[in-house]
Amino acid sequence: MEKEKFDYYIKTEKNSWEVVIGLEVHAQVISDSKLFSGSSTKFGAKPNTQVSLVDSAFPGMLPVINQYCIEQAIKTGLGLNAKINLFSIFDRKNYFYADLPAGYQISQYKNPIVGEGAVTLDMPYGSKKVGIERLHLEQDAGKSIHDLSPDNTFVDLNRSGVALMEIVSKPDLRSPSEVNLYVKKLRTIMRYLGTCDGNMQEGSLRADVNVSVRKKGEKKFGTRCEIKNVNSIKFMEMAIDLEAKRQVELLEAGKTIEQETRLFDTKKNETRSMRSKEEAHDYRYFPDPDLLPLEIKQSFVDGLKKKLPELPDKKKDRFIKKFKLTPYEANVLVSEIDISKYFEEVIKNADIKLAKNWIIVELFAVLNEKNLDIKNSPVSSKNLASLINAISSGEISGKIAKKVFEIMVETGGEPSKIIKEKGLKQQSDPKELEKIVIKVLGDNSDKVSEYKSGKEKLYGFFVGEIMKASSGKANPKLVNDILKEKLKK
Amino acid sequence: MSDFNKSSLSEIVNLIKSKKVSSSEITSHYIKNIEKGKKLNSFITTCFEEALKKAKEFDNKKNFNGLLPGVPLAVKDLFCTKNVKTTAGSKILENFIPTYESSVTHNLWSEGAILLGKLNCDEFAMGSSNETSYFGNVINPIGKDLVPGGSSGGSASALAANLTPATIGTDTGGSIRQPASFTGTVGLKPTYGLCSRWGIVAFASSLDQAGPMTKNVEDCALLLEAMSGYDGKDSTSINKKKEKYSKNLNQKVKGLKIGIPKEYRIENMPKEIDSLWKKGIDILKKSGAKIIDISLPHTKYALSTYYIVAPAEASSNLARYDGVKYGYRSNKGKNLIEMYENTRGEGFGDEVKRRVLIGTYVLSSGYYDAYYLKAQKVRRLIKNDFDKCFKSVDAILTPSTPSSAFKIGEKTNDPISMYLNDIFTVPVNLAGIPAISIPAGQDNKGHPLGLQLISKALDEQKILNIAFAMEKSIAFKQSLNRWWE
Repeated sequence: MEKEKFDYYIKTEKNSWEVVIGLEVHAQVISDSKLFSGSSTKFGAKPNTQVSLVDSAFPGMLPVINQYCIEQAIKTGLGLNAKINLFSIFDRKNYFYADLPAGYQISQYKNPIVGEGAVTLDMPYGSKKVGIERLHLEQDAGKSIHDLSPDNTFVDLNRSGVALMEIVSKPDLRSPSEVNLYVKKLRTIMRYLGTCDGNMQEGSLRADVNVSVRKKGEKKFGTRCEIKNVNSIKFMEMAIDLEAKRQVELLEAGKTIEQETRLFDTKKNETRSMRSKEEAHDYRYFPDPDLLPLEIKQSFVDGLKKKLPELPDKKKDRFIKKFKLTPYEANVLVSEIDISKYFEEVIKNADIKLAKNWIIVELFAVLNEKNLDIKNSPVSSKNLASLINAISSGEISGKIAKKVFEIMVETGGEPSKIIKEKGLKQQSDPKELEKIVIKVLGDNSDKVSEYKSGKEKLYGFFVGEIMKASSGKANPKLVNDILKEKLKK
Repeated sequence: MSDFNKSSLSEIVNLIKSKKVSSSEITSHYIKNIEKGKKLNSFITTCFEEALKKAKEFDNKKNFNGLLPGVPLAVKDLFCTKNVKTTAGSKILENFIPTYESSVTHNLWSEGAILLGKLNCDEFAMGSSNETSYFGNVINPIGKDLVPGGSSGGSASALAANLTPATIGTDTGGSIRQPASFTGTVGLKPTYGLCSRWGIVAFASSLDQAGPMTKNVEDCALLLEAMSGYDGKDSTSINKKKEKYSKNLNQKVKGLKIGIPKEYRIENMPKEIDSLWKKGIDILKKSGAKIIDISLPHTKYALSTYYIVAPAEASSNLARYDGVKYGYRSNKGKNLIEMYENTRGEGFGDEVKRRVLIGTYVLSSGYYDAYYLKAQKVRRLIKNDFDKCFKSVDAILTPSTPSSAFKIGEKTNDPISMYLNDIFTVPVNLAGIPAISIPAGQDNKGHPLGLQLISKALDEQKILNIAFAMEKSIAFKQSLNRWWE
């Protein structure tokens, strides 16, 4: 496949502008309990039912680090090929808000648990490395609910204290589609690792998007604006496009960009100022005196490293080499760990070429249509393997297989049973087939004469009639052999 | 009934253990004292009914093993006590009733002690005279017009007046040792991390430490043993085996090296304090200790360092009192910000506001490096000073305070002179090491004065032993005519 050229510039009459994007992704850590308390983190519980005295900042309450969350952050760091800092510090980020019970959020400021790393994106114009600046752990805040009453705001603290990883990229991204792939790549890696479920509807993954523009070829970065709390990839792409265009318009009108925090209004389809640099909070970060610096042993990190699953990039390489997949196919099959697992289960006992096509074409179409995860696929990997084997062995034709597959999708049944029950097994007995051929030719003796006198196009007609007479079950190769033989005579 | 007012905590424990007296009798005795001692204003909350009930329950039990069997105790109102109002001396927590028990008080009740009530203190433990309490100032039983010191002023006053056989306080910059010194009692600030901070209303997390306040050193060892111990709920708690301070208490001082830091000989220090210090040195010499002159060169920066670090942490620790979840909420204000402003404006007293402002200032961007970060560096130097000295000495002897108890109202309008009271006590908190104050004599007004013994971290036994020996030689006597009754 020929490589395309990168071409995301904002072009105006005068100039071509490059868009520079950096992301701060907030990923909720998969953990049964919160970062500094034993409360449950389960999503969707009744308001304020998963709140400990620590989460609601009662007097004298103290945080205790949840070791599992630390492990999750280290695993994620390893997945991002990043440096794990054996010494890190939890700081207090001070600000007042009703859903922040302590009046500060425990976060990591100058000494994060994970340092620099990188992820690789497969763009149509080649692979692209995106630098990771850092990953740090922090607590989530609670939720203010403004729409339950005209006069009151309600506060739900279930989320208060839940562990988040903030993954900060370098300003290496250059287009909405790169952002799209970057976020998806992060999500894939974290899902492989089991460190974040990446569920954007539930808010498990959200991002602050930093956007600036500069003239194509310019080396210096422009002034950036930060778009806060964007919670879907589509919105990220929209917000970047809108924000970049807004900045270009300002600059071309001879104005300057103010560094500020902006909001993306999905209803009005615009970004607008939330607070300027002058109004920016002074968070008065300082090391949380309730927590000692976090010191980790290298052996602890090595232990986690050993237990890491095969990550998407490696798996992709293996799939290409071992199974002779195209990069596209490999990419699709490793995009979710469950898909890759499914694929590998199918090919344990079935033909690879048939398997990848059936999964990528037939199965994905069904899953898409039914809006299902592969985990909830009505066709199990075992059943798909049986179906493919039925094709390979000549038990059924590819055409019949599609029919069987349809029934499998509806009923979840086993292909062998369906083939048997519906009598779909391919007719491969030459004697039986011969009988059918003789009957069809006998019924159409006039056409046989025409054929013999040179109208060879009728061959297809005979095949069609034979297939019809066998309800589509006749083994096409045998039918061909027998028919040719009979027509010779 | 015998006169328990002369009995120490250890004696009361023995009386109850040998069944010479019941827990109910002792408890009733202290309840009577408390009722007669209202003038001192040392209590914010009393729990007489519950205490008598518990005492009765105790008396009905056949066996008891604890260190404090059936002993009634009042504690500083900074310790959260389950189902008993805990105010921290502040309006903002005026009606706050915790659903949980602080680890330290929990330890006391596990050893058999019974809660008598909650003792007045400076608001959020910020003060050196117990005059910042929302519940009014506390009076020193030594004299009607004297402050008891602070912030554990209610504890010191109640102890000296025999309204409780012993008590516990908290010490962030001297809040146990200074009031102990002002009231002629014994107070110990343990190594940071020896007593759990869980459930204690926080003032400055890296400095706060709970400790015993008692009539003598023996009691101090006993109470420290009862209240200390590792607690997984406090990440700064030290994970080590519990010490048997009272069993190991002795008066062996011979051969010990005692450091005398020249930097503690400050300008304008009353002569009496200097001569008392000399008296202490002589006693130790006579007991066979070796006196060594030492230098703690960064001592002069300790107070400024303290008044940056402590307010910084306090400004953040007190952010949770915002009227949203519990405690006082102003009903004025049209929006969230105004509600915050009014709640905190009305709920906090002046001293708390002053420190929150200082703390906010020193942490703000542009000032952080110059103040907070610098203070942390100096703090390390102060600790290094001590570390260095403890390579050559076993303990350090200093005065506890630069003056005896001052008059009520004398320093309320002069915060700096109030802060200067902590000059001998704060370095210890900054270094995280233990120190004990014992009464060593009186000044010419008859006001008690204390001497302070400091050791390296976790060497509580050593300073307890030295203090025990000194106590015997000093034979401090304080007879109060119970004028408040």
